[in-house]
Formats: sequence, C-alpha cells, structure tokens
Amino acid sequence: MIDVTNLSKKFGENLAVNDVSFHVQKGEIFAFLGPNGAGKTTTIKMLTTLLTPTGGQIKVNGFDPLREKMQVRRQIGIVFQDPSLDGELTAFENLDLHGVLYHVPRKQRRERMEMVLKLFDLWERRGELVKKFSGGMKRRLEIARGLLHAPLILFLDEPTLGLDPQSRNQLWKQVKLLNESEGVTVFLTTHYMDEAERVAQRIAVIDHGKIIALGTPTELKEQTSTGSLEEAFLSLTGATIRDESATSVDQMRQFGKMWKR
Amino acid sequence: MKTIYILWLRELLRYKRSRVQIIASLGQPTLYLFALGFGLGPVFMKAGNGSYLQFMAPGIIAMTILFSSVFAGIGLLWDRQFGFLKETLVAPVPRIQIMIGKTLGGVTVAIIQGLLVLVVCLIAGFRPASWTALPVALFFMALVALVFGALGTAIGSTLQDMQGFQLVMNFLVMPLFFLSGALFPLTNLPKFMTFITRLDPLTYGVDGLRAAFLGLSHFGAITDAVALAAVALLFLMLGSYSFSKIQI
Repeated sequence: MIDVTNLSKKFGENLAVNDVSFHVQKGEIFAFLGPNGAGKTTTIKMLTTLLTPTGGQIKVNGFDPLREKMQVRRQIGIVFQDPSLDGELTAFENLDLHGVLYHVPRKQRRERMEMVLKLFDLWERRGELVKKFSGGMKRRLEIARGLLHAPLILFLDEPTLGLDPQSRNQLWKQVKLLNESEGVTVFLTTHYMDEAERVAQRIAVIDHGKIIALGTPTELKEQTSTGSLEEAFLSLTGATIRDESATSVDQMRQFGKMWKR
Repeated sequence: MKTIYILWLRELLRYKRSRVQIIASLGQPTLYLFALGFGLGPVFMKAGNGSYLQFMAPGIIAMTILFSSVFAGIGLLWDRQFGFLKETLVAPVPRIQIMIGKTLGGVTVAIIQGLLVLVVCLIAGFRPASWTALPVALFFMALVALVFGALGTAIGSTLQDMQGFQLVMNFLVMPLFFLSGALFPLTNLPKFMTFITRLDPLTYGVDGLRAAFLGLSHFGAITDAVALAAVALLFLMLGSYSFSKIQI
C-alpha cells in the first residue's frame, strides 16, 4: 500500500529524514514511534503530498505523491497533529464541506456522514458548533471526517495528543474496528509506547530521522531483550530529553488560547 | 465550481454567526462619519464645498469595504496557522479554486458591510442624488472589494505571525484610506499629494462611488472602473501566486 525507498528530507543543513525505507501492507496498522523531533511528521507530510522530498522514492497505492498529487489525495484520509476543524461551523457542516471537497456525491455523502457520526458517537451533537466540543470530541470528529470519503489509507499524526485515557481508549477501539470492518490501512505516529503496542501490527522506531528498528511489538522486545516496549524504546533511542524550539505556530497557538479564553 | 461555492458559503456562514463582530466593525465607520462629518461640516461649508457629510459618505463606505476585505485576507493567516486551511489544501482540489472561493466569500462579506454602512450614512442624513445609481454604486463596491480582497489574500498568504498584522495596518491599510481622497477633495492638492493619491487604488473606488451616488467625480466613472479592474486583475494574480506558495 505504501512503499518508501531511501527517503530523505533536508531543511537547510538539518537532515530531518535520513535515508528511510519501509513498506506498509494493505489492511495493516503501521506505527511510527519516536521521540519529539524524530522526523515522524515530516515523513507523514511527504507521504501526503504536503512536502517535497529531497531524495528517494514514495509510492502510495502505486501513485507518486510528487507527480500524481490529486490521485494520492483522493485515496487518503489525514488527521493532523494540530486541529483542523472549523470551530464556527457545526459538526455536520464540517463533514459536509469535507465531502464536497472530496467529490463525494450528495446522496452518498449523507449516508456516510450519518455512518461515521454514529460510529464516533457524535450523531446527537451534529448540529452544534464545533468550538463548543471537548478535545476528545473534536479528535473523534476529525477522524470521522478523515474517513468520510472512504479512503484506502488513513494517516493519523499523534491523534491522541492531549486526550484523557478514556478518550484515547475509545478512539483506538473505533480505529481498530474500522480497520477490521472497512479494511482501511492505517499509518499512525505516536510517542506513547502502550498505544503503539496495543494498536499496531508493526512498528518502526524512528529517531534523528532514521529508522532504528522495525518489527512487531514482540520482535522489538526480543531484539532489545527487554520486557516492555517502553524499555525497548528507551534502550533504542536513549534516555536524553528532546527539546523542540518554539516556532511562530506555537506562539500563534498561545495567542489563540488567550483570545478564546 | 462546487468547491468554490462551498468555501464561499463557509465565509458567509461564519459572518452570519459573528454578530458581535458585525456590530463592532460598524463602530469605526460610524465614528468617522459622525465626528468628521459633523465636526468638519461647518468649515467645509464655509469653504464653499457644500455638505461634508454628503461628500465623505461614499469615502466611508469605501473605507468599510477596504477594511473588511483586507481583514478577510488576514483571516487566512489564522486559518493557515492552526487549522482549517490545511484541511482544504490536502483535499483533491486545485488550490486556485480554494483561493477563489475564499476570496469571493470575503468580497461578498465586504459588500454586505458596505451596504450596512450605507444604511448608517442614510440615517446620519446622507442623501444620494438619485436612487437609480444604486446598481452602479454596487458595481463599484464590488470592484473595491475584489481589489482589496485579492490584496488581503496575498498578504495573508505571506504573513508569518500576528505581529505582521500591525505592520500591514499602519503602513498599508491606513495610508490607503487616508491618501484616497475619501476625506478631502482631489482638486488643488500640492503636486506630490496629487501624485500619491493617483497611485492609491482606493482613490478610484471612492471617486467611482461619488460618481454613482452624487454624480460628481474627478476622473470620470469609466476611468475609475478601468483603473480598478486593472488593479483587481493584478492583485488577483499576485494573490493566487502567493496562495500557491503556501507551505504547511
């Protein structure tokens, strides 16, 4: 479903993704596990046509994200790390807009909207403005939206960031359910070990832009001869703390919080 | 077509839901109209130029459209930094359609704001020479909105943070307004002022609106329309170029 060979991305002098190769099978749940700034989001951006790689090859269901942007986009659903809903619109309107952007015919759109809203327990709240939703509800709505156009691949970039355990639990249950019922391939990134272990069939541990281990959770534990994936992860990536420098986006987000109380 | 329509509709829905903002944004033009219209009215009258309120009302309408359409473009910065723009930019639709839909939405909102201020002007005592000119006035309002809506899109696509917003306000939007002849007649100005006012696209918008509402104009309605259309085209190209360069 996804084929990546020798993928690299350079920002100035900084190699964000360094010669990465992997393969994701159809119907698989594949996790990118790594500390902050490891290159997870950069990789997702390249897979989803948002960034141009410096080197290497990508095939998403046989299409090249660089040259066949529209074909790739039609087949994928994306849930970003940052929220990308319109708070001034209702849940229903957000989904409807998405359906139009993805060329889902009206009748089918209505059916899919009802289906995904019910699946993510948002059907009752469909007429409310999204800005009144809790963090967990917003996340669920974003995933529901990402699935509205029945994509073949769903990209989830740290979808559970900032959620409470209940919401996380429910969210993964629903993603697993969809993976089984619709056969949608899931590519996710996270830095929560327990989640990767619970949901993903295979995990790639990435650090400093390189894949340092790849396999099933059991294989990773055996490889590092550790008892838990957390230990395996720390033994692979070391225990130093990664600090990301704040960007203008972070400042904007601060500013936005002030504005919205 | 459907993409353009749904993004246009989104802008209108958002406008409709921001009642507080609608009222707040009417505050400034109303203040200008009352403070300057009645404050400078007697002096203007003594100078033999007739009613100042009559003279400046089209300028205030043009100002409202200028502010509203540039702000719509700056809203793009907000959309871009957290959030919603990403959703549209990864969808399988050409970027130019997204840009057109958003810009037209901002343009429509600006025209509605302009019409609301026209009502405020009428309440304050503004009387157009003839009502048949209303379609012509609408035409000029739309042109002004298009010019500055496209400019706003260009700015919103390039700005990186909210600090840039102050810069745009003080060094672009306010000068555009004050140097447009919205508040003073274009006759008998010092040479450099004549030169500067002629470079300001809003000058032609204000002049066109005056031609429509009052039947008096400095350049003539046709010249105004041609100048505005040319600038609109230029800014639209600039806007779609910078929009196509947005990286997320």
